[in-house]
Amino acid sequence: MPRPLLEIQNVTMKFGNLVANDDVSFSVNEGEIVSLIGPNGAGKTTLFNCISGFYKPVSGKIIFDGKDITGKSTHEITLLGLTRTFQIVKPLKEMTVKENVLTGAFLHAKNKKEAEQIAQKVLQTTHLWEKKDMLAGSLTIADKKRLEIARMLATRPRMMMLDEAMAGLNRTEVKEAMELCLMLNRDGITLLIVEHVMEAIMPISNRVVVLSAGKKIAEGSPEQIINNEEVIKAYLGERYYAKSRQANSRI
Amino acid sequence: MAMKNRLLYVISVVALVLPFIFRNVNFQHIMIMLLIFAGLGESWNIITGFAGQTSFGHAAFFGIGAYTSTILFYKFGISPWVGMLLGALFAAVVSAIVSYPCFRLKGHYFAVATLAVAEIIKQLFVSWDYVEGATGISIPVKPDSFWMMQFHRSKIPYFLIAYVLFIVSVVIAVLIERNKMGYYLKAIRESHEAAEALGINTTRYKLYAMIVSSAVTAMFGTLYAQYILYIDPFMVFGLDISMKIVLLTVLGGLGTVYGPIIGSAILIPLSEYTRAFLGGTGKGIDLMIYGALIVIVACFEPRGVFGLFQRSKKRGAQYAKTTA
Amino acid sequence: MFLQVILTGALIGSVYSLVAVGLTLVWGLMDIINFAHGDMMMISMYTVFWLYTLLKFDPFVSLPISAGITALLGVLIYKFVIKRVVNAPGLMALLATFGLSLFIRNFAQFLWSPNYRFVGESILSGKRIFLADLIIGLPQLAAALGSIVMTFLIALFIKKTKTGKAIQATAQGRDIAELMGVNTEKIYAITFALSGICVGVAGTLLSGIFPVYPEAGAMYGLLAFVIVALGGFGNIWGAFYAGILIGLTEALGGFYLGTQFKYALAFLIYLLVLQFRPKGLFGW
Repeated sequence: MPRPLLEIQNVTMKFGNLVANDDVSFSVNEGEIVSLIGPNGAGKTTLFNCISGFYKPVSGKIIFDGKDITGKSTHEITLLGLTRTFQIVKPLKEMTVKENVLTGAFLHAKNKKEAEQIAQKVLQTTHLWEKKDMLAGSLTIADKKRLEIARMLATRPRMMMLDEAMAGLNRTEVKEAMELCLMLNRDGITLLIVEHVMEAIMPISNRVVVLSAGKKIAEGSPEQIINNEEVIKAYLGERYYAKSRQANSRI
Repeated sequence: MAMKNRLLYVISVVALVLPFIFRNVNFQHIMIMLLIFAGLGESWNIITGFAGQTSFGHAAFFGIGAYTSTILFYKFGISPWVGMLLGALFAAVVSAIVSYPCFRLKGHYFAVATLAVAEIIKQLFVSWDYVEGATGISIPVKPDSFWMMQFHRSKIPYFLIAYVLFIVSVVIAVLIERNKMGYYLKAIRESHEAAEALGINTTRYKLYAMIVSSAVTAMFGTLYAQYILYIDPFMVFGLDISMKIVLLTVLGGLGTVYGPIIGSAILIPLSEYTRAFLGGTGKGIDLMIYGALIVIVACFEPRGVFGLFQRSKKRGAQYAKTTA
Repeated sequence: MFLQVILTGALIGSVYSLVAVGLTLVWGLMDIINFAHGDMMMISMYTVFWLYTLLKFDPFVSLPISAGITALLGVLIYKFVIKRVVNAPGLMALLATFGLSLFIRNFAQFLWSPNYRFVGESILSGKRIFLADLIIGLPQLAAALGSIVMTFLIALFIKKTKTGKAIQATAQGRDIAELMGVNTEKIYAITFALSGICVGVAGTLLSGIFPVYPEAGAMYGLLAFVIVALGGFGNIWGAFYAGILIGLTEALGGFYLGTQFKYALAFLIYLLVLQFRPKGLFGW
């Protein structure tokens, strides 16, 4: 029986009268890849911001590894091993790629030497080693997204939340990003992924959670979600429905 | 890195030797002011250049350093060395107290807040009779003594103290820049959110930066007071001091250890010489030229002088790459 | 007496507002802190002084001339200095305006000496009206009303005219505005002219009340920073209300605690208000 690592319990978040998250509950088990999908404005990023401590939810609880992290500050949550990337990438522009990763590596390193070792390993596994001396601000968008993941990886997280790490990438880059996700997962990192690129996440996810207009409308395996009438109506639309049928029949 | 270190060693040796070669009193005076302001720039750079929190109020800490030692000496005859340490401590405490409300503000709102804090402290000192208010304090002249930090026969002892303090400020800046704290401060400068997500307690690190920065600034305040032997609130708490520190660091190169040294080496001789040659008329020609030169440098070298070096170095490196 | 103090504060506060409105236009649009703002105002005061001394112009007659001169000064500052540093990193633009401030202030001292000068007579000087227990000096009243009218005109200009809308668009995002066909360089120059007009009018209105000397604009410039931040950067009405608030604080503080504390209180109000509104009264 897998243990839940992250539990979202009845989380509600409001901005004035706007309800961004409405009584959302789900959990992510240790070692899983869970995708969080939904149309624009469904409240995915808001939920991420609540989990990672940028917002304090109006009500509800967020439990990570058995500890209540609701309303804790972001850096405390990162220290516990739950970290995130940003949809709009936030590279430390005036610092080099290596310095970006090193900054993350200091979190659990005893000294600079150890941090450098961690950084080197991370740079190599994420294929950024060649670009380590470039300024982060001068990278391509794909590399910036990769760097987001790399420097979070350097904080040695148990769980990562990726916010649209694949949006705006071309086909090859998406494929590389998928491989990176699977590799992280093999290394024991639990993943919660917000994504629009369905073709990319459906094959790698264990489970999918669907948000629409702030509410959770479905949860299940990718197959269940693809075939869920409500999800199709709310979000995926006829085109993807047809396409997924085709894909399934091919298999 | 080794190359960088070597350049710093060269600079520090040259700075140490110069006043012994050119024994002209005016030159020695300029060297003292240059080192004081370079050191002030180094300490300001920690909070603004590294951590990206623009302070327009460092005169507050400079003044606290100057007043703490001066009051202790003037009222109780306590050595300025003790005053220097207590001043640094006091400035650290004040900076910690004012930082709490100020750090909630971002960007220009923070900058204006630091300016407001310095102005408030200035006004308080102006109307505080115990410290002689707006009249200021003339430090009682004592025979030359290291313990009392007064030297009248030669400027060399002042120079040596300024030099040691300057080296201390550079070492602190270098140590911060090359270690965890430097990376953390720069991460905060680049993006608050990203820094938090990387597990950095942004408030705490900004506070550390502010405390170190203000303590070192205060030590220079004490030295300045002992060197000039007179202080008043407008002189040590004024916006002029805050802005001079800002200007020379920005001019030299913000966020680099070399910036304040370069900036001070340009700006201080410029202001001292224009004053010496043109200031006697009382017509402000010196400051007029000084202002015009600042404008010209800003317009034609908007990346700071250090940026100029870096770019030529990069160009050199690119050239080497293409020819290789 | 309380009412008299309130009135005095509100009157001077409205002039502060106008100075701050000029500053907030530039700050909000270009994210540039213009340290020479107060010095532009001082130039306007000298213009009035010399027109009065040499040509016997009444300050109110000089108004369009002095506002025109500071508007021109604003454009020149933009063309020769700001344009070169507007995209510079860090605080370089600030460095430039600070140098400019030093230059203008000391140029004035060089030309006209640091002495205090006074604009003797205007049609209003010495005149006052009595309203129940209140005494209102006409020059002060004119300064306040003039400032309020001017603030309204600026706000109207920004809101209603095509140029004003282009200014708003440029403030939202320079690149997008460029794409939409806005000549942003021209917009920047116009904004500096508007900013100049604000201090030009304010300086003229103040020259009948306060002495004219090279440092005359310094304190106004400094207070204007606080007022602009207090109102929220780039927010005209924010600057207006914040100016009044600072005027009132100063007057009340000066009266009840002693004049030496009036500026300290103005700065303290800023720190206090921003604890609750970290982006200013009208910031978001």
